[in-house]
Amino acid sequence: MGTSRRGFVGGASALALLSGSTAAFAQKKYSDGATDTEIKLGHTGPYSGPASSYGAIGKCIEAYWKSVNAAGGINGRKVNFITLDDGYNPAKIVELVRQLVEQDKVLCTFNTLGTPTNTAIHKYMNQKKVPMLYVATGASKWGKPKEFPWTMGYQPDYHTEGAIYAKHILANVKDPKIGVLMQNDDYGKDYFGGFKEGLGKDANKIVKHVTFEVTDPTVDSQVIQLKDSGANVFFNIATPKAAAQAIRKAADLGWKPAQYLNNVSASVGSVMKPAGLENSQGIITAQYLKDPTDKQWENTEDFKAWVAWMDKWMPGANKADANYIYGFSVATLMHETLKKCGNELTRDNVMKQAANFQKFKLPLLLPGITINTSPTDYYPIQSVQLARFKGESWDLFGDVMSAEGS
Amino acid sequence: MEQFLQQIASGLANGAIYACVALALVMIYVSTDHINFAQGEMAMFSTYISWQLMTWGLSFWVAFILAVVFSFVLGVIIERAILRPLHNAPVLSIVVVFIGLLAICNSVAGAIWSYLIKEFPSPFPKSSFGIAGVIGPHQLGVVMVTLIVLGLLFIFFRYTPLGLAMRAAAQNPQMARLVGVRVDWMLALGWGLAAAVGAVAGIMVAHIVYLDPNMMGGILLYAFASALVGGIGNPGGAVVGGFIVGVLENMVAYAGNQIEKATGIYIIGNGEKLTVALIIVITVLTVKPAGLFGRVVVKRV
Amino acid sequence: MPAFPKKLLWVLLALAFLVPLLHPLFPDVVSGYRLFLVSTMIIAAIAVLGLNLLTGFNGQISLGHGAFYAVGAYTAAVLMDHLNMPYWATLPCAAVVCFIVGYLFGLPALRLEGHYLALATFALALAVPQILKYRWLEGLTGGVQGIVLNKPEVPFGLPLSEDQWLYYYCLIVMVVLYWAAANMLDSRSGRAMMAIRDQYMAADTMGIDTALYKTVTFGISAAYTGIAGALSASAIAFVAPDSFTIFLSIKFLIGLVVGGVGSLAGSVVGGIFYVLVDNSAQALSLFVKNDLGLQFDLSAYTVFGILLIVLMYLMPMGIVGGVYLLMRRLRALRG
Repeated sequence: MGTSRRGFVGGASALALLSGSTAAFAQKKYSDGATDTEIKLGHTGPYSGPASSYGAIGKCIEAYWKSVNAAGGINGRKVNFITLDDGYNPAKIVELVRQLVEQDKVLCTFNTLGTPTNTAIHKYMNQKKVPMLYVATGASKWGKPKEFPWTMGYQPDYHTEGAIYAKHILANVKDPKIGVLMQNDDYGKDYFGGFKEGLGKDANKIVKHVTFEVTDPTVDSQVIQLKDSGANVFFNIATPKAAAQAIRKAADLGWKPAQYLNNVSASVGSVMKPAGLENSQGIITAQYLKDPTDKQWENTEDFKAWVAWMDKWMPGANKADANYIYGFSVATLMHETLKKCGNELTRDNVMKQAANFQKFKLPLLLPGITINTSPTDYYPIQSVQLARFKGESWDLFGDVMSAEGS
Repeated sequence: MEQFLQQIASGLANGAIYACVALALVMIYVSTDHINFAQGEMAMFSTYISWQLMTWGLSFWVAFILAVVFSFVLGVIIERAILRPLHNAPVLSIVVVFIGLLAICNSVAGAIWSYLIKEFPSPFPKSSFGIAGVIGPHQLGVVMVTLIVLGLLFIFFRYTPLGLAMRAAAQNPQMARLVGVRVDWMLALGWGLAAAVGAVAGIMVAHIVYLDPNMMGGILLYAFASALVGGIGNPGGAVVGGFIVGVLENMVAYAGNQIEKATGIYIIGNGEKLTVALIIVITVLTVKPAGLFGRVVVKRV
Repeated sequence: MPAFPKKLLWVLLALAFLVPLLHPLFPDVVSGYRLFLVSTMIIAAIAVLGLNLLTGFNGQISLGHGAFYAVGAYTAAVLMDHLNMPYWATLPCAAVVCFIVGYLFGLPALRLEGHYLALATFALALAVPQILKYRWLEGLTGGVQGIVLNKPEVPFGLPLSEDQWLYYYCLIVMVVLYWAAANMLDSRSGRAMMAIRDQYMAADTMGIDTALYKTVTFGISAAYTGIAGALSASAIAFVAPDSFTIFLSIKFLIGLVVGGVGSLAGSVVGGIFYVLVDNSAQALSLFVKNDLGLQFDLSAYTVFGILLIVLMYLMPMGIVGGVYLLMRRLRALRG
């Protein structure tokens, strides 16, 4: 279905053109999923299955729209947020997203989660010309406006992050011998690819590369192999549970390499503490969001606002869960995007507005990191800052680093 | 050589985890002739109960005992309320009920306690025992607890009238009924005991793999394999089976590493260790279809 | 279980073929999405049918039919991606590959019974996604990234939409496979299969080559499920190891039991249920949350679990078994 106009007579719009006033008489234009009173958004996430810890993001976003609606909605329209359980299954998400697009007729989907899942709907969404915004995955393939003009990523991509660690190792560790622990899936491969690219001709410095499966109960055996390789640098590409196990096992074995931990697991509450704070000292990671368990943010304005919001809209939820920070920030960006669309809620315009952020200060991003997009740059957040774990929190150091614009 | 020892030790430690859960599987099997696919999730739920009690200020062992008792009661209730009405249903229908239970336990735990991983304390003193760098105190503790539970079960089934009655009820319900055993209550009791053993397993495992609603997903399969390797009706066999599976898995990865080191060709590694271990287990089973330790000791006294 | 009444079958079939043509009349009811949904049901039904041949009619339990589904899907995907084979030509290839894999797997399975066979098949389902990621196969399978495919194109310039064509394509495949299965079961071989299930010893002493029948049944069953997998690769237009987790096999088992073990019609019901239960669980969970306004977070997964238990409670013999029981009781009342 194309664009349709409603609730407006020709004379009025002519008048608006003549007077040049766009505020009061702005043309109302709608695609599917938007009306005078409502905006429909679609979302899927893993509420069941092995990745269900990420289900918290969907719940947080749902609560966010409730709070927006309670405050009057966006430009007077209520947000109707439909979120479904895909169980992290690429076959399932195809069915669900078709339901969202063809049956529920949403204006756009946003923050659908997972690399394999999003890959499964990538082509479909672009054929249907439905915006697929701020997907929750750090693969680098989401920012290709030429081939896929309807898909946009959100977080810094894993590839770049991996390269940043590689550069830091080469600059700071003397005679590095690197051991890599990698989750054997799309996400792990992406990090590892970037890491190797960052090492460049020094890729032979990787003395051992071991993988594990999400279903492995422990990664003890893998860490023993890494230690045995004589590595003095340990790059930990794992999701929280395995990452914490690996850090603890390394300490148990008396292995003391320089440790690099991927951002996915850089949570004080769900990784560093379970791994043992004494075992986690000196670990280096890259960050772009504020860690909810990090005391240094407690008195910043946006963080206080977030805490107040959590108390009101998600009472009882565990605030140590970094997923709530993520969900809140990405929902705020979507909110801002829709606000900018004004009364022209068409799919074209949603995409246009999403690709038009300049130095936008999104709450809960680290100081100095902003949202920047353009019709040729579909990576909203491209900057990270390195941090070293010290005491009970992350100690940011060095400059905010950005990848080259695409 | 050092790596070899460490891999064996880590395999034994993992094996103890599998053995613990396998014991619970065997318990249900011995007393009801079913394999309970929800066993892992029930154990996870019990572990959350003990965690909750601890955050309310109870000490580890008090929470431990309360959680085990709670699990026992829960097991009995599940048998009476859900499985009792289905006792004439085909085996596969019961399996589907177990899958339903699994889904409920998993998602309810997630709804109550969230999916965020939680730290779980270890009751064993930090450095008084264990061999530095090879096996930690908690791992050693788990091995000991597993053996103690095994011993208790052995005594229970071998030397107590109740244990005998339970076995009789499972093996030959009609005859058991004739000699005055209350068969239906024996089944419920079996469920209770299995749930209690599962709770012990969960609480022991949680320190190692951290507490989260999906913590048992991977472990259950290993436990399943362990129980079958040992011979499904045999608690001792299940424990030995657990250790075998744990060590075997690490050895596969170790061997793959050594081959790669020696020849430079990648054949097997960590990605394939589970597959290869399972192939070995199944090959063993085709040679000895009743498991390594048959179905003798406990079932046929 | 008694066979499905033939007349009813023809009526249903005619309906199934006519429904998509109603699209111009009820564009919102007979939408592309709905047809796609029904296509996934048909695919699931074929997979469950395969499992039923093995478990329901031959008495061999499998907790790992997701493995054959994966092999079928990947066979189709690799042939389409690397050799540019047309999608329809991949079906027989997937069938042959899966038959061989199933047959070979059936050999050691001869030595395993009950729980042990359950474990072996369970292990197979776990191993296949790992094997797909195996380093030396990555070039072929795309490793963890999987393979992105194209949707089947409408042939001969037929005036159909992609979804309508997919629906007919799946439906035709299912009808053919259903017909073949019904004929096979009605033959000497079919009776031998069932004899092995019911009275293994007796069948053996009567001179039935039990080993041959069991392994060949394994192969045929795997081929059926593999064809379903190949169809799904075309329908979803993407394959990745994450689509074939152990839960897929469990779902086939659920479909089998809920539909009706040992009933061909039950397989179709089970396939429909397999898709429906997921969606209805989500809808029910949303309903509880939004319309009843309950504060407790009742997730779709919880509802799914409750639905399963309630269904087994009401119909321990599956839906088809339950319906037959009900019909018999009604007849007894009347007569």
